[in-house]
Amino acid sequence: MQQISLLLASLPDGILLGFVYGLAAMGMTLIWGVMNVINLSHGPIIALGMFSTFFIVTKLGINPYIGLIPVAIIGLLLGILIYVVAVHRIINAPHLSSLLATFSVNMIIIGLGTAALTTSPYNVDFSMGSIQIGSFTLLGTRLAATIVAILFTGGLYLFLYRTRPGKFIRAVANNRSAAELMGIPSTRVLALSFGLGTMLAAVSGALIATFFPFSILSGGGYELKSFVIVVLGGLGNPIGALAGGLILGILEGIIPAFFETSWVPVFEFGLFVVILLVRPSGIFGAKK
Amino acid sequence: MNLWHKIRGLILPLLAVGGLAIWPVITGNASNRETAFTILKAVALASSLNILLGYTGYVSFGHIVFYGFGGYVGFYLLTAQGYSLWIALLAGGLASGILAFLLGKAVLRLRGAYFALSTIGINEAMKAFMNNFDLFGGPTGITLHFSIYKEYGGVTEALQTAFYIIVALSLIAVTLSYFVRTSKFGLGLLAIRENEDAAEVMGVFAPNYKTWAYVLSAIIPGIIGVLFFFKNGNVEPHDAFPLHASIELLVMVMLGGQGTVLGPILGAFAYQGMRGYLVTSDFFKDIQLSVSGALLLIIVLFIPAGAIGWLRQRSPLLRRVLA
Repeated sequence: MQQISLLLASLPDGILLGFVYGLAAMGMTLIWGVMNVINLSHGPIIALGMFSTFFIVTKLGINPYIGLIPVAIIGLLLGILIYVVAVHRIINAPHLSSLLATFSVNMIIIGLGTAALTTSPYNVDFSMGSIQIGSFTLLGTRLAATIVAILFTGGLYLFLYRTRPGKFIRAVANNRSAAELMGIPSTRVLALSFGLGTMLAAVSGALIATFFPFSILSGGGYELKSFVIVVLGGLGNPIGALAGGLILGILEGIIPAFFETSWVPVFEFGLFVVILLVRPSGIFGAKK
Repeated sequence: MNLWHKIRGLILPLLAVGGLAIWPVITGNASNRETAFTILKAVALASSLNILLGYTGYVSFGHIVFYGFGGYVGFYLLTAQGYSLWIALLAGGLASGILAFLLGKAVLRLRGAYFALSTIGINEAMKAFMNNFDLFGGPTGITLHFSIYKEYGGVTEALQTAFYIIVALSLIAVTLSYFVRTSKFGLGLLAIRENEDAAEVMGVFAPNYKTWAYVLSAIIPGIIGVLFFFKNGNVEPHDAFPLHASIELLVMVMLGGQGTVLGPILGAFAYQGMRGYLVTSDFFKDIQLSVSGALLLIIVLFIPAGAIGWLRQRSPLLRRVLA
């Protein structure tokens, strides 16, 4: 009985968090789907998103949800910069090259971040109260983050399926050489996709900062979660990533009711390896 | 002549490792010995990883899991069961080898990025598991009782012994790496690296070759784990499975040249040397990680074959001398 009440308390939270995790993972899976690159600079970019919220809220006094607009724009531009500097030259090289190139970006950001911000934890003092629905209590910030995550997912879907640049991205993901033969400027499309991927990471970081404390190193944990989610949902499948995020969130809500919280990562990474072995295309299928 | 032909590529690597091993013995300086220990440890780990990464072409991002797992098993036998260091070292290597064999049967079916991701998952799952595993001390890990050092002639003597062991291990790792590379088995691995399907058609039974490459690359890290934690005096999950250390090993192998015997040695020297310099320099110490990252980026973008690989591409003479 006690477990059920615990479950009821932690499950809604898990679901809400799942959407935000899913948003971060969507950025990673988009980059994988378009150019077969696993972006190891994902974590530090999430951390940079967190710090932008910190500066926007505490230094400028702006509402964090309005602050998402500059965060998204900066994330997009940063991603394009990373693509041009670090990824473009090795886009056709073996996996090791792109993994190490994006990891070197990771080291550069973490190194500069540590020098400027230290590794001590920061906290954004921002609250939106909470909503009581029956026996569930939902924190306002998490609910708002979920709504933003859903809006961004919808926006991404519309962009990919209804706009010309979005269709270009899907064409390049499908077959880059064929897309080039059709006159699609593939370099620009790849840079844009990398930018969109980092934008989603930065926005999810900005959202996480409204309810968890963070440091420059905390992006790493979310990067690992993104790996798990991306594989659950199928590498290169953005909608699958959102569903994978939900699954992870639900697991994080259920497991603490039956085991100690420290067992959560054991199950998460165990599941991750099992999925890779049994069904590497993920539950919802990899990109077609 | 024939023997000379077989081992001439081994001379330069062994000279490099041997020279580093003799340096602290001649100077008799404990701080030099610690520096040499760190570099030799990196040499042995990077040479082991090279068997899988450089020869077979499988990118393992979580290779440090064998170091941590072997270290835990050996350290447990050493402290809780009271076995001697020698048995603990062997047990650590054996445990890592068995783990690699079992894991290899499963994850080596994956290729490319999927394999790389799964190795990260394995490392993190193992770290999280050790955090909860009470027999091995859970999150606080195991601490060595100082009286154990007495069996090895006190702390100073024990550290000296640990240094001789790491010298032996790095020589073994380099020799192993060389003989794998020049053997028929190694030729099979290189064929898998170039094109796994074509290799299978030519009669290389890839699953077995890959599994044994994985096992060979896991044993020495397991032994080194035990040795390092013995020297350190304690082991905890956070120190045993550091993901960034895995990636540092990749950087060393890339720096020196993947798939060459001398490459990982040179890479370990260069990386550890550079880090030692950056951490102590006034100007760079705050941003040493960024500087390392920028250097790595330059190497990945412009010299993907690494230093030795680049030299080998220059002239046939260098190809003969540098293995």
